[in-house]
Amino acid sequence: MAVLVIADHDGAHLRDTTLKTIAAAQKLSSDIDVLVYGEASAVAAQAAAAEGVRKVLTAESAELKADIAEAISALIVSVAGGYDVVAVPATASGKNFAPRVAAVLDVAIISDVVEVVDASTFVHPIYAGNALETVKTSDAKRVITVRPTAFKAVAASGGSASVEGVAVPAVTLKTRFVSDEKVVSDRPELGSAKVIVSGGRALGSADEFKGVLEPLADKLGAAVGASRAAVDAGYAPNDYQVGQTGKVVAPNLYIAIGISGAIQHLAGMKDSKVIVAINKDPEAPIFQIADYGLVEDYKTAIPALTKALG
Amino acid sequence: MKVLVPVKRVLDYNVKVRVKTDQSGVDLANVKMAMNPFDEIAVEEAVRLKEKGVVTEIVAVSIGVAQCEAILRTALAMGADRGILVQTEDDLEPLAVAKVLKAVAGEETPDVILMGKQAIDGDNNATGQMLSALLDWPQATFASKVEISGGEALVTREVDGGLQTLGVTLPAVITTDLRLNEPRYASLPNIMKAKKKPLDTKALADCGVDTAARLSVVKVTEPPKRSAGIKVASADELVANLKSAGVL
Repeated sequence: MAVLVIADHDGAHLRDTTLKTIAAAQKLSSDIDVLVYGEASAVAAQAAAAEGVRKVLTAESAELKADIAEAISALIVSVAGGYDVVAVPATASGKNFAPRVAAVLDVAIISDVVEVVDASTFVHPIYAGNALETVKTSDAKRVITVRPTAFKAVAASGGSASVEGVAVPAVTLKTRFVSDEKVVSDRPELGSAKVIVSGGRALGSADEFKGVLEPLADKLGAAVGASRAAVDAGYAPNDYQVGQTGKVVAPNLYIAIGISGAIQHLAGMKDSKVIVAINKDPEAPIFQIADYGLVEDYKTAIPALTKALG
Repeated sequence: MKVLVPVKRVLDYNVKVRVKTDQSGVDLANVKMAMNPFDEIAVEEAVRLKEKGVVTEIVAVSIGVAQCEAILRTALAMGADRGILVQTEDDLEPLAVAKVLKAVAGEETPDVILMGKQAIDGDNNATGQMLSALLDWPQATFASKVEISGGEALVTREVDGGLQTLGVTLPAVITTDLRLNEPRYASLPNIMKAKKKPLDTKALADCGVDTAARLSVVKVTEPPKRSAGIKVASADELVANLKSAGVL
């Protein structure tokens, strides 16, 4: 059995989501190849150094770099013949193209895998993580997306896989890339941060969100997250959203500030190691899952916390 | 311009999810069901496009049990013109749903298929992408803004790291994200009017596609529960606790 892992990267760095997807693949097979598409050259060497990788495949084109799903899925389908399983990190990008690959191969997609039971049996969350479904597929080829937070990353070094380029299949695209509007930040990415400071609607404005959370995040070297309500209200960019339909995170420390704790938000952070809730409403549901709760208005609590951290 | 909007009947998002004690699934007996919230956003967007004069006809389609008619009536009350119910007792997987929708699209020949990015029951986030691949139409998923002109949809998408804008040549599949719009509540007169709007029912078998399940459910279980920890009285006490827990 052979597994093809699709790399998640930013053109310069292999993200640890890839290392975690390789870890999931290791539960299936020791024959693991990694496909790096887009701006592949720098990242291919990092993928080749990852633990347990047999071979790295690279493919470059403008469409692949622009993350156009039609181009990526055509590429994956063109090499999928040699593999039993295609494993994709369950990021927004991965979820954009993985189902296309499954449809073209005429197989089921198994989304957000959190546990590999055996070669054809997987566990994944449904209903915002309120239930865990174990499914067994009858398809010979399997396409899965892997929830990175559920797996421990393989070592980023020590491997010495070979790297080879693959041909990019010709696709007549009916999609054109117009523009990107990416949030530029020096902070750690939400998905891989060890500490996350997350704010809710109680913050009341974009200025307050920034003014209150950023000094604390700076002190902790933390990523900044947000509830859906805060993003909907325009206090934070969409990329910050933690929850059922946003990012799923599992840092060592998650500090929820002014977040009530809707089930949809909990779905995205309840696997964090330690959860802190700071909210002036003692009845807020977030306290029911928090390891440490501080019932206090963020306006006094956060400056005090930032100060107490020294 | 014609828009097809697939709508799914799901457990209402406010209802507490209960796993059946025999681990066969989630208990859906005698609980409130509603339109998948992402599909409501898709209906709303289609209606807004019609109000702007871009779209002339909105067809809502649902696949499932007879009670899906209520969901279609909601779509009609919001402003859809016509409903199609593809009736089945089977719980179809995303691939099968995509195949059925492809067959419906073949009959209806819409210019745009607008649908929710995911259903809040299975959380798969897959059907729109699969449909796009099967139809060989371009896709623009996770839309937070849609503008249609000159045979192209300009779609701003919520992606890792921010936003991306794509231009997709019509016909295309567009899936909706949360911030595309805020769906309206149907007014009472519109609810009454919706009862008279055309709604066709057809049997799944008449679609002529293979919808056999590829996955068998081994079991459905409850996730491990987290319990409430302790309340601290001050920021200083919090920091002391976090230090002793080893996370600072």
